[in-house]
Amino acid sequence: MKNMMEVQDLTFTYSGASEPSLKSISLPVEKNKVTALIGPSGCGKSTLLRGMNRIHDLYPGHQYEGVINLLDSDEKGYTDILGIKKEADLIRLRQRVGMIFQKPTPFPMTIFENIAYGLRLSGIKKRPDVQEIVEQSLRDAALWDEAKDRLDHDARGLSGGQQQRLCIARAIALKPEVILFDEPTSALDPISTLAIEEMISVLRKKYSICIVTHNMQQAARISDYTGFMYLGEMIEYDQTDTIFMTPSKKQTEDYISGRFG
Amino acid sequence: MRLLMNRLFLIFSTLAAIIGLFFLGWILFTLCAKGLTGLNFDVFTKDLIDGGLRNVIVGQIMMSGVATVIGIPVGILAGIYLQEYGGNSKSTEFLRDLSDVMMSAPSIVVGTFVYAIVVVPTGHTSGWAGVLALFILMVPIIVRTTDDMLKLVPIELREAGIAIGASKYHVTMNIVIRYAKAGILTGILLAFARVVGETAPLIYTSGSSEFWSTDLTSTFPSLTVSIYNLATMPDDEMVQLGWTGAFLLTAMVLIINLLGRYASNKKRS
Amino acid sequence: MELIFRKIAQLSASLVFVILAATTIVLYMSAKPAIEEFGAKFLFESRWGVEEKVEMPVAEQGQLKSIEQGDAAPIGDDFIEDEDDFIMDDEDFITDDDMELGDRKSKVIYGALVPIVGTVFSTLIAMLFSIPIAMGIAVFLSEIAPNALAKPVSVAIELLASIPSIIYGMWGLFYFGPFIAGLFGGNTVSLLVAGLVLGIMVIPFMAALSRDAIGTVPDMLKESAYAMGATKLEVIKDVVFPYAKTGIIGSIILSFGRALGETMAVAFVIGGVYQFAGKVTDPTNSIPVVLANSFAESSGLSLSVLFYLALILFILSFAVIAIAKFYFLRRK
Repeated sequence: MKNMMEVQDLTFTYSGASEPSLKSISLPVEKNKVTALIGPSGCGKSTLLRGMNRIHDLYPGHQYEGVINLLDSDEKGYTDILGIKKEADLIRLRQRVGMIFQKPTPFPMTIFENIAYGLRLSGIKKRPDVQEIVEQSLRDAALWDEAKDRLDHDARGLSGGQQQRLCIARAIALKPEVILFDEPTSALDPISTLAIEEMISVLRKKYSICIVTHNMQQAARISDYTGFMYLGEMIEYDQTDTIFMTPSKKQTEDYISGRFG
Repeated sequence: MRLLMNRLFLIFSTLAAIIGLFFLGWILFTLCAKGLTGLNFDVFTKDLIDGGLRNVIVGQIMMSGVATVIGIPVGILAGIYLQEYGGNSKSTEFLRDLSDVMMSAPSIVVGTFVYAIVVVPTGHTSGWAGVLALFILMVPIIVRTTDDMLKLVPIELREAGIAIGASKYHVTMNIVIRYAKAGILTGILLAFARVVGETAPLIYTSGSSEFWSTDLTSTFPSLTVSIYNLATMPDDEMVQLGWTGAFLLTAMVLIINLLGRYASNKKRS
Repeated sequence: MELIFRKIAQLSASLVFVILAATTIVLYMSAKPAIEEFGAKFLFESRWGVEEKVEMPVAEQGQLKSIEQGDAAPIGDDFIEDEDDFIMDDEDFITDDDMELGDRKSKVIYGALVPIVGTVFSTLIAMLFSIPIAMGIAVFLSEIAPNALAKPVSVAIELLASIPSIIYGMWGLFYFGPFIAGLFGGNTVSLLVAGLVLGIMVIPFMAALSRDAIGTVPDMLKESAYAMGATKLEVIKDVVFPYAKTGIIGSIILSFGRALGETMAVAFVIGGVYQFAGKVTDPTNSIPVVLANSFAESSGLSLSVLFYLALILFILSFAVIAIAKFYFLRRK
């Protein structure tokens, strides 16, 4: 069982749309590897990513067809997360599959509270436990040194790059198994971008990662596998080196070499 | 020629601004001049029956306060519903527009309505009737400001909350509301300021009283209605008391408004 | 938990609608006796509280004599300037519907025409006065004044908009009324004074709304006009106003709707007399003022009449405000 998640023949139509935005997509997310999704604007890569923690559910009316399998906690089999109906199970799903967004989204609370919030929701309430996890998460997100003297300050006082790292700390505090990154550095300056990319490379040791990026070079830099999407279809999926150096589909090659974007 | 027209226009526009501000300045000046002359300790320590304003000031604040306390949860919940649960449906838009319309509705008609449903059946004016009238005037304001403030909360913040595994209720109350807190508070302050200056709906719902009272079940003193009564009395001293009351009322309203502004600006920096 | 919360929130949101509906229904029910008694003629009747003897047909018992109509006092006369008319006598509030004077029956006639005309005309005067000034202020603040000046003045305008209307009324009664009377002759309380005081009260509100509307014009649009060599007046006339047109008109109509229902600014200075203002400097009445002054002393039919008036005002101002809101001030 080397895949943490498997998307199989997923077709997704937005509420009120006449055409599906995703057409029979299949994608494996291997354990402890970084899988990147690239493609031009509107190809559906964010839509696919957002299906994987069912955040589309916030906006009712969509249609899913197909299966998204998530490896069970006991690693003995898979469960189709598209079949989850109960609120409590959805909540549990999101604690196992975390998401980082395009714009940093610090909650209007202190730095400490931002991370503690999710913990409390998942049942970890005792102060010493919470403190320990908060510190560990901040360390893993390379934010501890900068934040340790400011834990009770409002999180919105941090810089953009720091805020994004806070969001990462917040997500990993819940000890998820998968982390989804939706263009996490598109709103950041180059230095913060580099810091986040380095962090993702390290995070893969503990987590399985799927990242959507507009920036091909970023995908080439940090991912193990890459999926190229176009107009709602998965055109090609392979090891990153193969996709970038010896792609098998012409469309992939055209995109990589910049003939369209 | 074009330049001449332009010049004239600019002069006119500036003149208009000056005229407008002149009248308003005149009013404020008169208010301060007349109001301050009558200001002394008695005003705050004696009730209307003894030539002071204590009971009516307290009465006004009490009725407005109670109306606010009841109005806050109703208004905020309604605003939350419109923004967080209502979506884009026609009925949500309709309720929004309706609240806007209610905000400009004549306050005397609200008083008439409350008169019909409370004063007539009970046979007498009462503080509660006044509270109800003020409540009706205040709720649309709180609803719309809450609605608008919540609208400013970025979508990603809500999504991030959900992505952490919080339920919609949690996300709304702990994250979204917190983010919009300052703006909502300002809305409440402004609604209170608006309502504390109302006269027409109180005239025959809470009536007027010259005596100290904290009993909302009977005729209740209010600053605004008393000003109305005092100003039209033939006795000069009474009129002077009316001016003092008017000054205090305006001061109260302006201070609350300034507080509201300060609170919302502070948040931005 | 989720569901309960959602339901309670939904209930709160519908409250606004419930209140509106309840108001309409209650006003109508309370006004019904008067509506049945006077019908639509109420809107065109100018007499108020006048006892009118009614011609009765000869009954089978032969008890009633036929009498002439028209013994009512000639209040239809528009040119009375008698100060006594300020005072509402007890005679004006006869509440027995059918008073029997000897062998005659009479009823009391109420008519809304004077208050309606007073309301409409005072508001029109207010608009005529306030629109140019408010527009001038709005343009001044958004296009002409340098930022350092515009900001504090804007705040001042908004604060002024929050001053309770009773203040305007008081000032009008003691200072502005005599000032206008000195300038134009006539009474210190009159239609003119009321209209002007109303206008002054409405200026900050209209100016603030219009300024907001003008502020929605994108800078780039204005810059392209200036770049072609247009003067400020031309930019404002040809670019700003057309773009902000709906918002500005909406703010004017909304102010009109507000002014229609205004009580306190007008109550001090309109005179409260049930007669037309033959000259604009005569006292007259308006619906909100009638409502403010008469409730305490009314019962029975005369009370119902007040509700009829309130209903008329409610429908009128609601219609105007709704037009402003739904047609001109649409949210994008």
